[in-house]
Amino acid sequence: MKATNTNDPEYFHKVVDCQYACPAHTPVPEYIRLIAAGRYTDAYMVNWESNVFPGILGRTCDRPCEPVCRRARVDEEAVAICRLKRVAADNKDDVAHLLPRAPAVGNNKRIALIGAGPASLTVARDLAPLGYQIDLYDDQPLGGGFMRSQIPIFRLPPEVLDEEVNFILNMGIKQHFQTYVSSLKSILEQGYHAVFVGTGAPRGSDLDIPGREACGASIHVGIDWLASVAFEHVAKIGKRVLVLGGGNTAMDCCRTARRVGGEDVKVVVRSEFSRMKASPWEIEDAVAEDIPIINNHVPKEFVHEDGVLKGMRFTVVDVVYDARGKRELVPTGEEVFFEADEVIIAIGQDNSFPWIERDLGIEFGKWDMPAVDKTTFQSSLKKVFFGGDAAFGPENIITAVAHGHQAAISIDLYLNGQRVEKRPAPGVNLVSQKMGVHEWSYDSEVSMDDRYPVPHVAKEKALLDRKVEVELGFDPAVAYQEAERCLNCDVQTVFTTAKCIECDGCVDICPTDCINFITNNDEPELRQSLRRPARNEDQDLYVSSTLAQTQRVMVKDENVCLHCGLCAERCPTGAWDMQRFFYSVTKAGGSCKQSSQSMTSS
Amino acid sequence: MTYVKPSFRHPEAPINELGRSRQDYEGGLSTLCAGCGHDSISAAIIDACFELNIEPHKVAKLSGIGCSSKTPAYFLSGSHSFNSVHGRMPSVATGANLANRDLIYIGISGDGDTASIGLGQFAHVVRRNLNMTYIVENNGCYGLTKGQDSATMDTGTPNKKGDINMYSPIDLARLAIEIGATFVGRSFSGDKQQLVPLIKAAISHRGFALLDVVSPCVTFNNHSESTKSYEYVRGANTGMPVDFVPMRQEITATYDSGATCEVCMHDGSVVRLYKQDNDYDIEDRQSALEATSHFKKEGKILTGLLYIQRDSEELHDVLGTARRPLNSMTERQLCPGSRFLDSINAGLR
Repeated sequence: MKATNTNDPEYFHKVVDCQYACPAHTPVPEYIRLIAAGRYTDAYMVNWESNVFPGILGRTCDRPCEPVCRRARVDEEAVAICRLKRVAADNKDDVAHLLPRAPAVGNNKRIALIGAGPASLTVARDLAPLGYQIDLYDDQPLGGGFMRSQIPIFRLPPEVLDEEVNFILNMGIKQHFQTYVSSLKSILEQGYHAVFVGTGAPRGSDLDIPGREACGASIHVGIDWLASVAFEHVAKIGKRVLVLGGGNTAMDCCRTARRVGGEDVKVVVRSEFSRMKASPWEIEDAVAEDIPIINNHVPKEFVHEDGVLKGMRFTVVDVVYDARGKRELVPTGEEVFFEADEVIIAIGQDNSFPWIERDLGIEFGKWDMPAVDKTTFQSSLKKVFFGGDAAFGPENIITAVAHGHQAAISIDLYLNGQRVEKRPAPGVNLVSQKMGVHEWSYDSEVSMDDRYPVPHVAKEKALLDRKVEVELGFDPAVAYQEAERCLNCDVQTVFTTAKCIECDGCVDICPTDCINFITNNDEPELRQSLRRPARNEDQDLYVSSTLAQTQRVMVKDENVCLHCGLCAERCPTGAWDMQRFFYSVTKAGGSCKQSSQSMTSS
Repeated sequence: MTYVKPSFRHPEAPINELGRSRQDYEGGLSTLCAGCGHDSISAAIIDACFELNIEPHKVAKLSGIGCSSKTPAYFLSGSHSFNSVHGRMPSVATGANLANRDLIYIGISGDGDTASIGLGQFAHVVRRNLNMTYIVENNGCYGLTKGQDSATMDTGTPNKKGDINMYSPIDLARLAIEIGATFVGRSFSGDKQQLVPLIKAAISHRGFALLDVVSPCVTFNNHSESTKSYEYVRGANTGMPVDFVPMRQEITATYDSGATCEVCMHDGSVVRLYKQDNDYDIEDRQSALEATSHFKKEGKILTGLLYIQRDSEELHDVLGTARRPLNSMTERQLCPGSRFLDSINAGLR
């Protein structure tokens, strides 16, 4: 193998599994260390720079970081990254003076943002401080988009939402709430220099089976029903409720139903449990509120008497996979009837652009989706950009934030006459952590604790009032313990070939047998011939150049490295060093500003 | 300040026939200098015992004084251990072995502990063919007392300060062959591929097994003119690879070298050696002495299994001691009474 090029920032970035998996590439270990140090405000700001909504995401994020957490490869469970983020938000001081502000004199460029969800708000957050004049349109009375209408109040208190939305609105954003944009043409005619579409995926799928029309009043589309509850148009539901669907919206619907009068609430899912789209922790929370999840039941008909819903009939199926792994739901012949007063359909949501005229120059492709560039988020009409769920279909908040940052870069480049394809390089910093013998400026000792559970409010209390937040969050003492479980994957093991005397000290000490000195070979052979064969191909091998004494190479399998620093500790020459790697995605406005931000967090 | 080895291990780390992981053979975290060869030897002992499926409590570790003699704290924490007096480990080992012949005895010593203060004891434990593995961690200097020349330092080589050694070195392997050792090997701490099978063979050998292992002192004797440095030994090492094939395992490996020889050990395992030279007979003392001296003259260090005597009488055989360890005998057996003492005394008159 060729020697690893550690000058490529992406190599060490990939070692930080959580940060790499995060769509916004939030520097996770960095803020977890700050939380452990009790520096909640600093931890909050590291988050805010990257993901804009730490308080919201600390409660609601889909957590792509946790399944890939290195800890889960050596221990039973990942670090509770998401809930630690909340600790930073809950315990921070006033941050108003730390936030960027719009300059007194603008740059005379006007931008319209359609939809006030996380994608648009991120664009506003990045562009307002650069002097752009931002007009924000939304049909809801308040900002936040789906974060406000879809996420139940018992998972996300309005104070938390309002605070973080207002940080952005207060940057001099011109707000046009309760304004439904029915024509993109009319927006373009107002002379905006650029338009960003962040309208989400607002149309919930319906279920066209017998009885649907007859009992329309008792059947609701999940996302619309959640919005009605959120905006207090709906305050109660019947005692017996069926929720159809296995995603997170279904979980939010069933748990909301339990709080507004539903006593016998069931979730009924077409497919098997293991294929459910909902996050495991959301399923757990629903089950904990006495909501059974009934799998392998395909809806057949709504049963009613003269338009009064009585219940639903389902076909029971077996899940069968053919040789190519394709799934088929094969009816067992059994049918089941569940009584119900009301039914909520939460089986998916789609994009919908009836308000975009098709003669404006915006190309639409498959499934009537706009053709949007995956990197620049620009549409075929150069001044119109898309992001969030509106760009490529339903995802999640953190993805919308990542889109927003990238779209803001594109808009800024476009309006400064630069090529939008030329993306700014990330901000990178790599600094030795050595302070002395056995002393590192990070906590190198690996905690052996199991993951700490987040305390919940008593179920009886939670179910009485939908406004009671269920999760209580970690207190600072438990947060410290949980933060110590982080392996500090961003403190990199950096190897300098020229200094190595091949004494094997690192090989002998490494707890997880990551380090090898071996004759070089092609990657597949090398992976097989290590002390512990490197079977996880998602994880790279760190290969040195050829060593002087034996013409071997150092090969380190990054897979289960604990970043404990013992290799560097036992290295007599400093060939191994532990160096903190800071990687930040550059935002609109250039790299100088970004690098100064990263310094404040060190 | 943190210096703690985490207890997480590689999720696919192997388990041996006893159901134990390699972790069960580890010891405390080393306090030797970073890069010390002794730590590699400790790691090799851990590997050897793990792979031989030895119960840690069936091992007794013995040592004298010096950096080397600290190392039993860094492997096999579940074993018996005795850190004895300077140069007197052989006496303690002899006593322990005579009391309990069922344990596996691993003695750890250094060039100071063995070739200087302990040379007398060393010579006699060799002569007596005590059933033990005796590892000398040989770095050519007194590391624990700031790096003075030791008795194994080569004539004419300077220490770290630049002072030239005027005295002639003791070659412990050659000395042991000369005075009747039944298993003599030499190795290098930086070559675990050879060292681990060699330790396994030494443990399997019935009788006294010496391993003279060059183990560089990074702090005092790893400089450019040292003949015990990593760089020098790597250049001069003429290694004879060793394979250890445990009993009951089919011999499948094939090698192209013509100069191989196989030695069946007392317990049925097989040691296979790839010799440097076809004429070299590792079961002939003279041949072993000639080979080592030949390579020495060429500025090379011959490593591997240098000499073995397959069937020999170990100390228990010579003395005709009881077959069972003393701790498994009853008081009556151990102390049969004055009648027996009288008859012994009568026999001496």
